[in-house]
Amino acid sequence: MAAIAEPLGRARSRTYPQSGLLSYLTTVDHKKIGHVYIAASLFFFGVGGTEAFLMRLQLIRPGNTFISAATFNQLFTMHGTTMIFLAVMPFFIGFINSVVPLQIGARDVAFPRMNALSLWLFILGGLFLNSSWFLGGAPNAGWFNYAPISATAYNPGPGIDFYDLGLQLAGLGTLMTGVNFIATIVNMRAPGMSFMRMPLFTWTTLVTSVLILFAFPPLTVNLFLLMFDRLLGANFFNVTHGGNVLLWQNLFWIFGHPEVYILVLPAFGIFSEVFPTFSGKSLFGYDTMVWSIVAIGFLSFMVWTHHMFAVGMGPWVNSVFAITSMLIAVPTGVKIFNWIFTMWGGRVRFTTAQLFAVGFIPIFVIGGMTGVMLAAAPADLQFNNSYFVVAHMHYVMIGGSLFGILAGLHYWWPKITGKLMNETLGRWHFWLVFIGMNVVFMPMHFLGLLGMPRRVFTYSASLGPAVPILNQISTFGVVILIAGFLFLLWNIIWSFRRGEVAGPDPWDARTLEWSIPSPVPEYNFAAIPLVRGRDAWWVEKTEGNGELVAAKIPGAHNERGIHMPSPSWLPFVMALGLFVAAYGAIFGALPVIIVGLGTAVFCIYGFIVDNDKGYHVMPHGAVGEVGDK
Amino acid sequence: MRFRGPKGSWWKFAILAPAALALTGCSGAYPESVFNPAGPVAADQLSLITLSFWLMMLVFAVVLALGIYAIVKFRARRGDDRKPSNFNNSPLLEALWILIPFIIIAVLAYVTVEDNFLISTNPPPQKSLQVDVIGHQFWWEFDYPSLGIVTANELHIPAGEKVNLHITSADVIHSFWIPRLAGKIDALPGYMNFMWIEAYKPGVYPGECAEFCGTGHADMRMRVIAETPAAFDAWVNQMKHPTSGDTALEKKGMADFATLTCATCHTIAGTPYTGKVGPNLTGLGLRQGIAADTLTNTPGHLAEWLHDPQAVKPGALMPNLGLSGSDIKALVAYLESLK
Repeated sequence: MAAIAEPLGRARSRTYPQSGLLSYLTTVDHKKIGHVYIAASLFFFGVGGTEAFLMRLQLIRPGNTFISAATFNQLFTMHGTTMIFLAVMPFFIGFINSVVPLQIGARDVAFPRMNALSLWLFILGGLFLNSSWFLGGAPNAGWFNYAPISATAYNPGPGIDFYDLGLQLAGLGTLMTGVNFIATIVNMRAPGMSFMRMPLFTWTTLVTSVLILFAFPPLTVNLFLLMFDRLLGANFFNVTHGGNVLLWQNLFWIFGHPEVYILVLPAFGIFSEVFPTFSGKSLFGYDTMVWSIVAIGFLSFMVWTHHMFAVGMGPWVNSVFAITSMLIAVPTGVKIFNWIFTMWGGRVRFTTAQLFAVGFIPIFVIGGMTGVMLAAAPADLQFNNSYFVVAHMHYVMIGGSLFGILAGLHYWWPKITGKLMNETLGRWHFWLVFIGMNVVFMPMHFLGLLGMPRRVFTYSASLGPAVPILNQISTFGVVILIAGFLFLLWNIIWSFRRGEVAGPDPWDARTLEWSIPSPVPEYNFAAIPLVRGRDAWWVEKTEGNGELVAAKIPGAHNERGIHMPSPSWLPFVMALGLFVAAYGAIFGALPVIIVGLGTAVFCIYGFIVDNDKGYHVMPHGAVGEVGDK
Repeated sequence: MRFRGPKGSWWKFAILAPAALALTGCSGAYPESVFNPAGPVAADQLSLITLSFWLMMLVFAVVLALGIYAIVKFRARRGDDRKPSNFNNSPLLEALWILIPFIIIAVLAYVTVEDNFLISTNPPPQKSLQVDVIGHQFWWEFDYPSLGIVTANELHIPAGEKVNLHITSADVIHSFWIPRLAGKIDALPGYMNFMWIEAYKPGVYPGECAEFCGTGHADMRMRVIAETPAAFDAWVNQMKHPTSGDTALEKKGMADFATLTCATCHTIAGTPYTGKVGPNLTGLGLRQGIAADTLTNTPGHLAEWLHDPQAVKPGALMPNLGLSGSDIKALVAYLESLK
């Protein structure tokens, strides 16, 4: 955007690149950070998808020898780990970064430099994890990496260490993102933006951030225990020396089940933006929608042992956790019906984003229904660890998370890039993905019930004549899915080259991010707006004069313009230091560990002593009155 | 009905899949089908699966009907400039879709809890056979402590009787799954788990390890052989009084078993061989499968396995001993004569 940058104090802003690729390394702007998150997630999504395709090719017939057992085990481990930690979760964090400060009328997040640190920890953690392919073999114990198959005795290669430290790096970043967005949403809402006026995407971000805050520490602890076992010879999970293998499972799923909701609540938030916008109505049952998110978030910590029904906890524990798990269906069902009734009486426009929102309902409901079936503990003993579970979780993760991502991508694309996507290409994309995912995953329900366990590199033809055929159908479906995603790529390129200029509000939408130009200027709002109702922008369009009203904030106006934080190299360098130290830890090189950790400590010191005075930007075409004039 | 196999007309199958599954599920073509229980535990679990499935179908029908109505009725058409309504909350409707799912869940939860206790109530130990199941990378050990029998990968039980299983692991976590008899229970190092199974009728019920346990996981198979009490007793008797062949070749094989270091890992009852690392080979000639049930037990397959275990079963922990053709011939003759 054309804005005059006037440096304050030392002429710091000139020492940092203002645009181009290099500017992304030093940026602390939540929007740029969001874009890098989205781009990196797209890349890792491609990596995880390729791994899935290779596995499906191997399973196309019984006794296939396309991929060896050892490689297959690395593929399914990396597919799950990549999709969960490096594709879906950061994709949502990308949207959260790009949109949430805008939705609450803020200029940035609470801790912009910490935000950049989160980003680089995620990216370098992801690259670190994937570098294992070239440095002695990828992790191969499944994404939940049960003890003791992950112990040195059974798994001597460095793969598990890459899993451990890679997730530690990326997880540290995620944890800081959680802290950052709790602080941002609680403290930085524009005047008038009460909690019960917040857009649903902001609400789901708040609850997701709280889940991150409470769910990631158990994972961090678990990863440390595993690191002690593997790198320092401790025995937390070593039964012969008094360790306990269920310690890992409990800690992992205390993290792992809330994690499932970390992966799906932001999608719920996106659908709650998309349905009202394209129905021309406000969200049906706002209050129950909010409370059901909170209820889901709360219950998500009460159900972890439903992943462990087969470990022999006895009928009492299994009964209690079966019931709490089934209970989650109630608030989730409320949301489904509320979305349907958001369309009720509306004028529903089937844009690509809306197609994904509507397509989400049947697929996610199927995933939810199999979820209730899995919660019935005695029945789960049959489903558990079979392809039925693979089908279930992909209906949830694709129908819920991925469709949420794709709806969000098409919905916010014009806001992020300033250009529209092609709706025809979008429809092809949707239908191919919708049909393809059902062809891939519907047969897996039957495969599981015919006796095919998950995580097998091959299966016996003796399972019955339908088993190879169902596997073939499933593999064929992947081709449809790939075709669908090629349309997405085509659409992205088309939009950059030939997309129409979107303007600030191409969808006639309802929330504050649509009141400002696309792409959004670095200062977001020329003046901090006063929020006068739920669906703040819709209120101004229908009841006001179609412009935001500026809030009266003493001292907000400065004749030099808007005060912005300076870019900084510290977050990137600090993440790099930890990244280097992690390699040192795996290969036992003490000097490398010292250099890496030393760099990180130096950067922390830098954060403390660097008294950033920031710089000022003069907004162009300021909207409304500035408060304290 | 029969299918022509992978290269046949799979699309016909796709159309007929549900019906075909229902038909073939009962014809024995699916030896590991949950739809085709052969014992009380699996039958109970199937009835819970069926109940939950139909309850969920009820919900699905309502969601689909409302959803389809909404998108057909309220979609924007060309030249349609309706003003969207203000219908954005209804305490009655919202109470309804909190309450009704709650009732459905309550029904399912009641049956679930009941079944939880049913399948966890083991039969009294003094009246039933106990088998200790020990998971190993990548095979199953079955010990009958009251009978003094140890075998591997083939669990013989008397049909029509409840059998108590005590399940644990010698190394990593495995999971014991015979789909037609019962759901899974994990074999955990450092823990003892309990379950009971019963087969209504004599028959062979295959299963496999269901918890990822390493490179050989996919080939960690097993079978339960349920027999009439008389046949079971005969098997027990045979296992207690093992014999081996006495042709020259078989005798050479028996000697080779020690000199070629097989005996370091394997036990054969009635011989001096007491290795504890690999499966107990007593009565190997009686078994239906070898290599954790990945191959049928024929002299040809056994020779293949001895020649290169990793080629048969990737990740197998039995080393490739580089046996010569004549060694293999003698060993196969000896092992197949173990009855």
